Amino acid sequence: MLHAVLSAATEGAEASPSPVIPELYDIIWSSVCFVIILIFFWKYVLPRVQKLLDERGEAIEGNIAKADEAQRKAEAALEEYTAQLADARTEAGRIRETARDDGKKIVAEAKDAATAEAARVTASAQAQIEAERQTALVTLRTEVGTLAIDLASGVIGESLSDDAKATAVVDRFLADLEASEAAAGGKK
Amino acid sequence: MFVAARAELHAPKQEKALLANALNLLVPMSTDDGGFHGPSIDEFFPGPLLFEDTNFEINRIILVRWVAVIALLLVFWLGTRRMSVVPGRFQSLVEMGLDMVRVNIADDLLGKKDGKRFLPILTTMFFMILFMNLTGVIPFLNIAGTSVIGVPLVLAIVAYITFIYAGVKKSPKNFFKNSLFPSGVPWPVYIIVTPIEFISTFVIRPITLTLRLMMNMIVGHLLLVLFFAATQFFVVQMSGWWTLLGVGTLAFGFAFTLFEILVAVLQAYVFALLTAVYIQLAVAEEH
Repeated sequence: MLHAVLSAATEGAEASPSPVIPELYDIIWSSVCFVIILIFFWKYVLPRVQKLLDERGEAIEGNIAKADEAQRKAEAALEEYTAQLADARTEAGRIRETARDDGKKIVAEAKDAATAEAARVTASAQAQIEAERQTALVTLRTEVGTLAIDLASGVIGESLSDDAKATAVVDRFLADLEASEAAAGGKK
Repeated sequence: MFVAARAELHAPKQEKALLANALNLLVPMSTDDGGFHGPSIDEFFPGPLLFEDTNFEINRIILVRWVAVIALLLVFWLGTRRMSVVPGRFQSLVEMGLDMVRVNIADDLLGKKDGKRFLPILTTMFFMILFMNLTGVIPFLNIAGTSVIGVPLVLAIVAYITFIYAGVKKSPKNFFKNSLFPSGVPWPVYIIVTPIEFISTFVIRPITLTLRLMMNMIVGHLLLVLFFAATQFFVVQMSGWWTLLGVGTLAFGFAFTLFEILVAVLQAYVFALLTAVYIQLAVAEEH
């Protein structure tokens, strides 16, 4: 195919110049154009582009590093936060536990105090009852004595108000009473 | 290897179109009475403007090339004058263009290290061809700077020297031996293989590089001229229903203008890509 084209082109060039035969000025000017463009790209454009690409690469790397840094910081903060949260939870649990213990203690103490109070109240009540009983006993004895003497006085018609007499009479009476009881006891 | 195959894939189709057009040139299209001026090969050889008959003759084609060179310098000077890490609209456009060569051609085929070494050459080839191709569809310029053999030939010679230099630099003793006597072949076969390898590597490569680019641009120009000349003829010279045909040819001319833009980019890409492939083959350890 190429040969056909070439022969066609050369055949057609009988009158006109052949497109495949270069003129010297054509070559010279083409070379000048090439050299100018080559030097322009080689010495001006491509170094600038390379520099830019390097800068861009650095910028991207810098940004990545910055992002990494930020990520790391965020992670550290999160970790710290989580740790703090866990601490707080533990602290809260501990406080709750203490409160519960304290509550128990307080309740127990209150219970103890109440028991002690109750015991004290009971004891004092018993003591009072005992005292009153004693008092009542003494009073009763005196009353009974007086009443018996009054009765005996009435019976014998004389006053036994004389203390010495009265005491003697009562004592005798009581002695008699005890003797008779003893006799009855002995008979049995 | 695959990439090279892909690049070569569309070549036969274009060569067929090329032949058709070359034949068209032989058939006299212009008739003296009709006033239709068909495209002619003479358009690629305009008369001299300056320094006539010297080795520094300047004609219309050379001027068109200068315009392309100035446009290229201007675009890339403005695009890289104040570069910022975060690119503006224009800067990212320029960067995209440069990236296409750096990433898709140099780094892909040659790797980071060799890609960087040969990047200036490849970038120069790509953008020089691209800008000079595009002059073919720019109003008032209307001819590709690469459609005359000078630029394709010079660039092909540069590619040729570059890949031989790359190979010799890589393995000074073994480059030609590896290229001409591929290993793992019994010696009698060399009688056949060595001439084939020699022709395909050291003869055919620069020729195909030159002709592929130049013929593509010549054919593109001729097609556009054909369509627009026909439109001119139908609309101005003829009347009545013939004008409708002019509308058709104008539409075709427009479509092929778009197609030519594609071809301009594609040919620049293919040229730089093939150069990179040749360098890669030269620096590869084994063939």
